[in-house]
Amino acid sequence: MTVRELTEKLELNILVEGDIDREVTGGYCGDLLSWVMGRAQGGDCWFTVMGNINAIAVSVLADCACIVLCENATLDDDAKNRAEMQGVCVLSSEENAYTLANKLGETI
Amino acid sequence: MNNFKLHFTVPGDDFTRAGEASGSVKKTLKDLGFNPEIIRKVVIALYEAEINLVIHAGGGEIDVEISPESISMVLTDQGPGIPDVALAMKEGYSTAPDNVRSLGFGAGMGLPNIKKYTDEMKIDSTVGVGTTMYLKVITS
Ligand SMILES: Nc1ncnc2c1ncn2[C@@H]1O[C@H](COP(=O)(O)OP(=O)(O)O)[C@@H](O)[C@H]1O
Ligand SMILES: [Mg+2]
Repeated sequence: MTVRELTEKLELNILVEGDIDREVTGGYCGDLLSWVMGRAQGGDCWFTVMGNINAIAVSVLADCACIVLCENATLDDDAKNRAEMQGVCVLSSEENAYTLANKLGETI
Repeated sequence: MNNFKLHFTVPGDDFTRAGEASGSVKKTLKDLGFNPEIIRKVVIALYEAEINLVIHAGGGEIDVEISPESISMVLTDQGPGIPDVALAMKEGYSTAPDNVRSLGFGAGMGLPNIKKYTDEMKIDSTVGVGTTMYLKVITS
């Protein structure tokens, strides 16, 4: 499934399109950047409330397929710019990480 | 391939630029055709070490040497030093202040992550003088 298809299935808002046609192969939930950095797998859809510039860096380095900001967590302006620059797809939802991860599990 | 050398200066306390060195190394390794698992190991270790320069040491210098057999990284700073390296290596140990934690850092996972993802790791640290960290990822 591509990120674009995921966006439709989970009814996510697109904040930054980035590399939206990329394949999603798994998921990861977490807000502690070192934790995510060390454990998320390439191709994961990353559910978090951390919408700062460092989250964008972590997503790039850990090679996540996209970031989903849960519970309408905000994306900082400089984070948005960085995501656009680096082609990181950033999505958002009002639902929490548990609910969204469950839905991902059903569709993947 | 000749050995490839990269140098970076990391400014202290600037969280907007943290990750630039790791990002640039990632790109170089990709361009040189290294395997994604090797790139991932290097980049995770280097990002953690780079962030530590920003958070704990007021900045520092990074030297990376890339050969077909291994990627070596040396990080040097003139920060406060690490009084007890064994303690600092424990999962969850962190002296990061609250403002840094609110950014998502300071989980005390940095040094353990570096250990996990490198084949060689050595820390030389003197309180009041600074810290030098030597890291190596072997490619085969
Ligand atoms: N370059 C450094 N200079 C001084 N202290 C450091 C340095 N790197 C790490 N430390 C110390 O080691 C601790 C553990 O580091 P780390 O595992 O990366 O966790 P964190 O960065 O989340 O605090 C830090 O909280 C800090 O006290
Ligand atoms: Mg750290």
